[in-house]
Amino acid sequence: MNILYTLLIKEFKQIFRNRFMLPVIFVIPVVQMIVLTYAASLEMKDIRMAVVDQDFSSASRLLISEFSGSPFFEIEHQTSNYDEAMDMLGRDRVDVILHIQHNFEKKLYIEYETDLQLVVNAINATEAGLVNAYCNQIITGFNSQIRADWFGMEPSGTIVSLEIIPEFWYNPLLDYKIYMFSGILVILVTLIGMLLTALNLVREKEMGTTEQINVTPIRKYQFIIAKLLPFWVIAIFELAFGLLVGRILYDLPMVGDLGLLFLFASIYLFVVLGIGLFLSTISNTQQQLMFVAFFFMITFILMSGVFTPVDSMPRWAQQINIINPAAYFMRVIRMILLKGSGFQDISREFYSMGFYAVIILTLAVTNYRKTT
Amino acid sequence: MTVASEHIIEVKDMVKKFGSFVANDRLTFHVYRGEIFGFLGANGAGKTTAIRILCGLSYPTSGEIRVAGHDVYHEREKIKRKIGYMSQKFSLYEDLTVSENIRLYAGIYRLNRKQINQREEQLLERLGLLPIKNRLIRDIPLGWKQKLAFSVAIFHKPDIVFLDEPTGGVDPITRRQFWEMIHDATQEGITVFVTTHYMDEAEYCDRVSIMVDGRIEALDKPAVLKKKFDSKDMNEVFLKLARN
Repeated sequence: MNILYTLLIKEFKQIFRNRFMLPVIFVIPVVQMIVLTYAASLEMKDIRMAVVDQDFSSASRLLISEFSGSPFFEIEHQTSNYDEAMDMLGRDRVDVILHIQHNFEKKLYIEYETDLQLVVNAINATEAGLVNAYCNQIITGFNSQIRADWFGMEPSGTIVSLEIIPEFWYNPLLDYKIYMFSGILVILVTLIGMLLTALNLVREKEMGTTEQINVTPIRKYQFIIAKLLPFWVIAIFELAFGLLVGRILYDLPMVGDLGLLFLFASIYLFVVLGIGLFLSTISNTQQQLMFVAFFFMITFILMSGVFTPVDSMPRWAQQINIINPAAYFMRVIRMILLKGSGFQDISREFYSMGFYAVIILTLAVTNYRKTT
Repeated sequence: MTVASEHIIEVKDMVKKFGSFVANDRLTFHVYRGEIFGFLGANGAGKTTAIRILCGLSYPTSGEIRVAGHDVYHEREKIKRKIGYMSQKFSLYEDLTVSENIRLYAGIYRLNRKQINQREEQLLERLGLLPIKNRLIRDIPLGWKQKLAFSVAIFHKPDIVFLDEPTGGVDPITRRQFWEMIHDATQEGITVFVTTHYMDEAEYCDRVSIMVDGRIEALDKPAVLKKKFDSKDMNEVFLKLARN
């Protein structure tokens, strides 16, 4: 009988006989796709605000009602004492303070301009930036309404003003879920390809069966193919399964050619499996492996641009991403699914992955030894 | 016992060093085709190191070594086709059934489907494992596992089978049955190279070598050794050698 065929049968039997495996393949991904997609939201809702109104005018009331009417703001506390509001900010009861000073309305009438203070908790800088932007949007709206109502100016009439109407390409409704979901799919495929493969290999080492295999005439390449191929198949299946879930749950757009996506994923998986194999050759126990693998996984994922755009990373970080396979797949999956990129557009990533696969597999296979 | 004069294992000045530690110090011996060769020694004497080199799992530091007619430096893959191996660490797949383990190793040695079916049937019959052939290895008793592991190691009818402490942790009755199986294997022309701690088992061997601190201190038929060291059994021989 063919040795490779015999070994593949063995691997598949063992994988599916493992009670741990089916949940890993079906349940965990779905949970991740649902929980992470919503949880890893870049939108802000329910921003907690304290209002310090020291003016008690119709203008100040109008401004406050603009905030309380917005779905993004929750007015937690209203006072005329600034220190009281500051205390709430200090105890993290509110995220932002809107401070309307005495004479707010009067100055607006007489001097045509007035002051307003915003105090934002900036422990989380990204969040603070968003809060600030949202506040400004509402204040700008208030501003143009005042001009129209009180001074009879059309919002975009008598004085020359440019109104900018943005048109968002490839994700017109700015639905972060679509963006996030494709990223999470990359994480899933990477996790399965790298971690499960490496764990499986090290487990055999721990049990001592690898040694038994090494005294048989099995060739190194046969053993390695038999170890990698099942996880390649499972990871490809996982991608298909994930796309289906995305389609059903989030109406995930698939503008580009899915065949191209799978072609790229196949090559990408060779790289990931190669890294898994390599990690298994440098670890003797599953514990050692987990430690090393997590280091790589977390670095790869956080650098890949799943949460934060790669373009906003410093230059050196972008250069590190040259050796981060997840960054390539992250870019390509979004290009194909959301933008409909064709082979020409992703050819650079494609050939880079191919080159990477050859290097890493050579390294891993050379490092794998039957004789010590 | 048919002891031919052909040397199936030929070892000359075999040295294995781990850093400055010498695990095998210029071992020189040979094993005849068809004999049971006992490879004795205390824990840490260097038995496992030597057996791993002979099986092609480990490189020797120096020395001339031929196993089944092939050189261990350059023809390890040829050697592997002609040997069987059973280690002290239990080596069947716990998550496969009795039958699946047999068929896996049979497939690895490229037996054809017909041979596999026929031999599997015979083997299960002989070991009395037919009723539990679909049970997972992890669910069967240690003694049975051990016998099965040995049977799997010689399933492809190798020239030599290496057994590294095959009877560790097994009850006396099973050990006795195990040695009967070893005997049967030699009837089929298989050479047995076995390490053990149990000195009563040494009596079953055609010839034994006794290793102390990486060196072979004695090598001969058990009866000759007992006479030479003026001992009533192999246990005494061993103690006399190991204490000096």
